[in-house]
Amino acid sequence: MIDYESLRLVWWLILGVLLIGFAIMDGFDFGIAALLRVLGRNDEERRVLLETVEPVWEGNQVWFILAGGAVFAAWPFVYAIAFSGLYPAMFLLLAAFILRPVGFGYRNKLADPRWRSAWDWALTASGLVPILIFGVAFGNLFLGLPFRLDAEMRMTCAGGFFDLLTPFALLTGLISIAMLLAHGASYAAFKADVSLAERAGKVARSASLVFLVLYLLAGAVLAFGLPGYAIVSPIHGDAPSNPLLKQVVMQGRWFAGYAAHPLFWFAPALALAAAVGNLVMIAAKKYFAAFLASSLVCAGTILSAGFALFPFLMPSSLDPNSSLTVWDASSSQRTLGIMLVVVIVFLPIVLAYTGWVYRVLRGRVTFEHIKHHLGY
Amino acid sequence: MIDNDVVTLSRLQFALTALYHFLFVPLTLGLSWILAIMEAVYVMTGREIWKRMTQFWGVLFGINFAMGVATGVTMEFQFGTNWAYYSHYVGDVFGTPLAIEGLMAFFLEATFIGLFFFGWDRLSKVKHLIVTTLLALGTNLSALWILIANAWMQNPVGAEFNLDTMRMEVTSFATVMFNPVAQSKFVHTVSAGYTLGAMFVLSISAWYLLKGRNIEFAKRSMTVAASFGLASALSVVVLGDESGYTVSENQKMKLAAIEAMWETEKPPASFTAFGWPDVAERKTHFAIHVPWVMGIIGTRSLDGVLPGIHQLVDEAGQRIESGRIAYAAMLRLRADRNDAQARSDFDAHKKDLGYALLLRKVVADPAQASAADVQTAASSIIPNVPVLFWSFRLMVGCGLYFIALFAYSFWLASKRRLDAQRWYLKLVLYSLPLPWLAIELGWIVAEYGRQPWAIEGVLPTALGVSSVSAGQVLFSLCGFVVFYTALAVVDFFLMRKYVRRGPDGLGIWPEANTAAGAVS
Repeated sequence: MIDYESLRLVWWLILGVLLIGFAIMDGFDFGIAALLRVLGRNDEERRVLLETVEPVWEGNQVWFILAGGAVFAAWPFVYAIAFSGLYPAMFLLLAAFILRPVGFGYRNKLADPRWRSAWDWALTASGLVPILIFGVAFGNLFLGLPFRLDAEMRMTCAGGFFDLLTPFALLTGLISIAMLLAHGASYAAFKADVSLAERAGKVARSASLVFLVLYLLAGAVLAFGLPGYAIVSPIHGDAPSNPLLKQVVMQGRWFAGYAAHPLFWFAPALALAAAVGNLVMIAAKKYFAAFLASSLVCAGTILSAGFALFPFLMPSSLDPNSSLTVWDASSSQRTLGIMLVVVIVFLPIVLAYTGWVYRVLRGRVTFEHIKHHLGY
Repeated sequence: MIDNDVVTLSRLQFALTALYHFLFVPLTLGLSWILAIMEAVYVMTGREIWKRMTQFWGVLFGINFAMGVATGVTMEFQFGTNWAYYSHYVGDVFGTPLAIEGLMAFFLEATFIGLFFFGWDRLSKVKHLIVTTLLALGTNLSALWILIANAWMQNPVGAEFNLDTMRMEVTSFATVMFNPVAQSKFVHTVSAGYTLGAMFVLSISAWYLLKGRNIEFAKRSMTVAASFGLASALSVVVLGDESGYTVSENQKMKLAAIEAMWETEKPPASFTAFGWPDVAERKTHFAIHVPWVMGIIGTRSLDGVLPGIHQLVDEAGQRIESGRIAYAAMLRLRADRNDAQARSDFDAHKKDLGYALLLRKVVADPAQASAADVQTAASSIIPNVPVLFWSFRLMVGCGLYFIALFAYSFWLASKRRLDAQRWYLKLVLYSLPLPWLAIELGWIVAEYGRQPWAIEGVLPTALGVSSVSAGQVLFSLCGFVVFYTALAVVDFFLMRKYVRRGPDGLGIWPEANTAAGAVS
């Protein structure tokens, strides 16, 4: 059996993989939904745009469901505090997740323009709201969330919904929007009818430019403005998961991890280089390559945030000692081990059949195409 | 101290959203296999009408599936949002089947649902059939894993409390996975879904026959539904009995409440076919007993004893006293981890720790509880007897009716006389809501009957809540009521519209030149 410390590290990496999978896969259909009314000027165009994601968004969303389930199983403290501590934000997110399936499923079922227009707005919101909330949530991780644990491990959280909307969190929210709009638009540029490619390319270009500026700005704020957190008591990587057995203080900057592990720098470098790559490929009208680049932007951005926070998963601003870290917020060694085996066996199978489905569906969705099937 | 308003509102919200979610999931479970059967006939015979049947029922499947997905996300969110302490306390055990469900089942169904609709022109016949089958397999695997998780709430095997982390942790995952309750629950629940799917197809087809539309289409659909439904209805009742047997092993209180069995009877216990349970007097008036039946169902023997409610409350009182010793030892250990006496006290009584937690709803500090407090806590393990008593009887009544109805349908189908009797078609049509009723009642028996426990004997429901305010939960609850009602209206409207249009109106069968019926 693998030792507890390594298992926790592996599960921290798997969490990153799942979040990146979610951002890349579900990110483009969020982006398409959010841009539906911008990229699609009439019903025909919108149907083409929707059909680029209709057969696959459902599978993409499972990346989120799986990430949620994996956090529940592997990081139960994180699951419990993230969902209950951000109660109103979670319900807003949930409303979007409820609207999506019905939006995709029901929009084309009736021809009435009012019906379709209403669902178009619903889809736009269901794309934009989660992108924003995920970005704001990530920003709040750097600021610390106002929670504390008592001796029974019961968590109490202070602060309401509007306390989440600090300037830095709004900045990360905007980064998330820019990143996934560029990603969605890049997808539309290579997947939708070729007549929409140029319009989508323009949107992707603007979004990528905004992303570059905001990402550098956030980096500057983290480097010069926000305080970081640090564990000051000895770290035992194989101790039982009890967050109260350590001491944490606010000190230094969130860049401490980068100083200790220079290899971490590849993540922000990847995010920046890939965003530039996206711009170059859009300009060259190589849209599939642009989409691959925007996928790497997602990976680089999430990794750079995760690395900056390491070993913290969720710092507490109210009681820093209650902060959740890689070393004290996981499940038991046995559960992490079982779950690792499950992931090693099933994730490749999932990737294989997902790949097959995308291959079957390859090629652009044309205007001709949407006339010829029963719909969904 | 626990905020009882938060507990009540959180429970109400969970019950409403679970019952609502459970309107859509069973239809997905059943209809997905019916689609696979119809398509298999198409692949084997090459007759176009079977493909068209798969497509038409597939459109209705899609409308329902969207609601199932939409309302399912709520359930995953809610453990964290409203039951945060529960999530912490049992996440080590309960989270794993949920994660596996995502990896093994959700990916399968969600990835192939898209190809089911968009793959007709892109895939060969056999490949498309494989896609449909994998879709059905995915939905059913999802039921398997969620019921493994649920069964652990009913019968928490293979796990132990860890004092260092203040939570339950897995000791044997194989024991969790092969929980006997999970197996009987799985077969019972999916059979219920199959019965619902069969009734759905049977009833809508009967309506077409009554209207004289889509005759060939409807008769074939009914034949499939009748045979599939008969097998399912038989299985749901027979395996439901198995489910009752496993309940009697580990949830004696649930069984006693279903039977409104206040006193322990001399074995073999009788079955109360009818009666009026009176909670205030703790008696059942006007009871009509069928001798021996309950003892045989519940214990598979003539001499096994089924304890009555009074006896179970007394036993709970003893376990609460034992649990208090564990609770006190836990506090001593928290002060001094090396207290050997406290450690041995804790280990001797930790199996009853959950019972001490029942006191938390009665007094702030279980150590200070009086004899009367213990009595109150012990009595709190009695679930709502009349609700369970009646829900169970209605559910079983529906089940027996389904067997009769599907058996008759099967006989008519084999005689090719499905359209001969209008009264039969009307009966089938008006029976459409009954499987839904039975299924929701089944949920009530299983989950409301589990109260006051979230995890039987381990964690009282009231302790599992999040530290959120009652106002927040009230707000989200109202949001759900409004949002879900609106969605129900839209779903019902679309479903009705597409049923009314039918295969003929949609251009599915007979085949129209412009096939874009669903989108024009």
